[in-house]
Amino acid sequence: MKDEALPAWVEYFAIPGINLLMALIIAGLVVVFMGESPWVALGALLGGAFGSLEQFGYTLFYTTSFIFTGLAVAVAFHCGLFNIGGEGQAMMGGLGVTLVCLGYDGTSWPLLFPLAVMGAIAFGALWSFLPGYLQATRGSHTVITTIMFNFLAAILLNYLLVEVLIAPGQQSPQTIRFDEAGHLPFAHDLLRGFGLETGRSPLNITFLLALAVAGLVWLFLWRTRWGYEMRAVGQSEPAARYGGISPGPMIVMAMVISGALAGLMGVNEVMGSQHRLVLGFTAGFGFAGIAVALMGRNHPFGVVLAALLFGVLYQGGSELAFEIPTFTSDVVVVIQGLVILFCGALENIFRKPIVRIFEIRRLLREL
Amino acid sequence: MGKALIGLALLAGLWASPALAAEVKPGLLYNMGGKFDKSFNEAAYNGAEAFKKETGITYLEFEPSTEAQREQALRNMARRGANIIVAVSFAQTSAVETVAAELPDVKFTLIDGVVEAPNVQSVIFKEHEGSFLVGMLAAMASKTGKVSFVGGMDIPLIRKFACGYEQGAKHVNGSAEVLVNMTGNTPAAWNDPTKGGELARSQFDRGADVVFAAAGGTGVGVYQAAKDSGKLAIGVDSNQNHLHPGTMLTSMVKRVDVAVAEAFKSAMEGTWEPGFKVLGLAEDGVAWALDDDNRSLISADMEAKMAAAQKQIVEGGISVADYTANNACEY
Repeated sequence: MKDEALPAWVEYFAIPGINLLMALIIAGLVVVFMGESPWVALGALLGGAFGSLEQFGYTLFYTTSFIFTGLAVAVAFHCGLFNIGGEGQAMMGGLGVTLVCLGYDGTSWPLLFPLAVMGAIAFGALWSFLPGYLQATRGSHTVITTIMFNFLAAILLNYLLVEVLIAPGQQSPQTIRFDEAGHLPFAHDLLRGFGLETGRSPLNITFLLALAVAGLVWLFLWRTRWGYEMRAVGQSEPAARYGGISPGPMIVMAMVISGALAGLMGVNEVMGSQHRLVLGFTAGFGFAGIAVALMGRNHPFGVVLAALLFGVLYQGGSELAFEIPTFTSDVVVVIQGLVILFCGALENIFRKPIVRIFEIRRLLREL
Repeated sequence: MGKALIGLALLAGLWASPALAAEVKPGLLYNMGGKFDKSFNEAAYNGAEAFKKETGITYLEFEPSTEAQREQALRNMARRGANIIVAVSFAQTSAVETVAAELPDVKFTLIDGVVEAPNVQSVIFKEHEGSFLVGMLAAMASKTGKVSFVGGMDIPLIRKFACGYEQGAKHVNGSAEVLVNMTGNTPAAWNDPTKGGELARSQFDRGADVVFAAAGGTGVGVYQAAKDSGKLAIGVDSNQNHLHPGTMLTSMVKRVDVAVAEAFKSAMEGTWEPGFKVLGLAEDGVAWALDDDNRSLISADMEAKMAAAQKQIVEGGISVADYTANNACEY
């Protein structure tokens, strides 16, 4: 596919745009079948995502988590690896954040923040290191091992939350609330400092971290030697080996970075929003990262945009269920699923015709 | 002139209706696992529907799918005018705690969890008492002396069910064996009928012939497996006897529906009070279901023994250990 070069704007904007449009048309038909107006539904979706600063805050909060899990999948993909373990790595990242926050008895969050970030990175990376190592030395496929590690993470977290870390006298499997230092400042608190009053949302400074990390991932992939070697292994392992690159360490490195990125989602959820470790806080965002990366064409900038789209779908979708009572949460899942189907799995449907159009145009020009 | 009068009357009607509606505007926040789980959430839904039918007052509702959506939905309902909001499940505890502090004028009723605040009413059920009774019934109906339990997510609340069930079975038959399996470790365990069915079948293979499922939507698979294998099953939360008449031995009914309807109704009548409500056998908050669907499975002798045990529990003759008291099943 790669040899049929398309202009960048077609590759990165027109094709995803057409796919998105198709998904919305099909979703609109579903809405019509349910006897509701698709325009009202679309309005409610967009209004729910952008209607007020509070709602936009929720949109960006979800976006933050999607950026991390999307980047995680994208980095592994550049090395030819499919990391499906984002969910488990994010859980472990959350555990790392929690242990740091519970172990810290100071009062200032700016000191704790970098430590918590390191905790998330360390635990997330730990959880992807073994699958990476097994892939590099034994050829055990990461798709299988990372899925298995998701279950291991769930079982470990469940054991810790039910037996060890559970808050005393508490029904629900969750830790005690962190001290003040374990609460990252919310966007609405920061904005109040500038005299801007907004509704409460869980959006916090981790959003800025996510954008910075996306930039760093870009730098790493396209401006460092390791990034180059990693991509070379991903394109063709024999060629990379012929060029003097040892694939094993690159595979391990790609998986470790991937896991660390997924683990960072824990900072956003645990320290940014919940201020405690709650079982099931990942809520499938680790898996959604696969769709985010696919849609973002595995490019950090694309991942940020795709994450925003998923944030809109997620937040707007939840408002949709409020606005239109006949829409249960299942309908919202159907609409989200259609977008993932068209933008991820079926992206080549429109790619081929478009490539042909460009070939014809080129031929005409040459004539 | 006539038209103007009608217009005036309509206008007056418009004025009057918001004033009436402003009196009570209920909201209901379900737990993850879905509104139509035929079990816990559905019981809450039925309670709200019963209230709607009786009073004609509509309610707001929401099914969250992430942790962050819990608080969001509570605020959203309040912004849309809800002044009595019922949140079901212990999992909503922290969300209710946070939002209740922000919105002191809104009344919150939390079912299955405890929050101490001047505008929060906490409703707790003594599931261990109800589970004890169905455990007794299971042991009485069992021919193999082995009964089993399928839990949803492995958390203290579900272990509380399992612990009460075990005590009840051992109360009838001291040498009874109780097999316990949990479906999973994530909230997905509340809605995994396939795995529930497999767990039940493996328990049947190990000799169990009565299974109690406390697993939300997962239970549907357990009951189906019991029917397919010709074994008996016990439902939970809602009365599930009608699902498979003839193989549903009974259901451990938790009157979540009554609690929801009661919260809405008391808010409407101005009798709603914050604080702590514990609903056990004595308060009819938990019960074992006996209706036309399972009448043929329950002998007069069994019924008499159940009534006697129920009386003893209410009067204190039998004390059922609560797993959540110290996170251990000690009795």
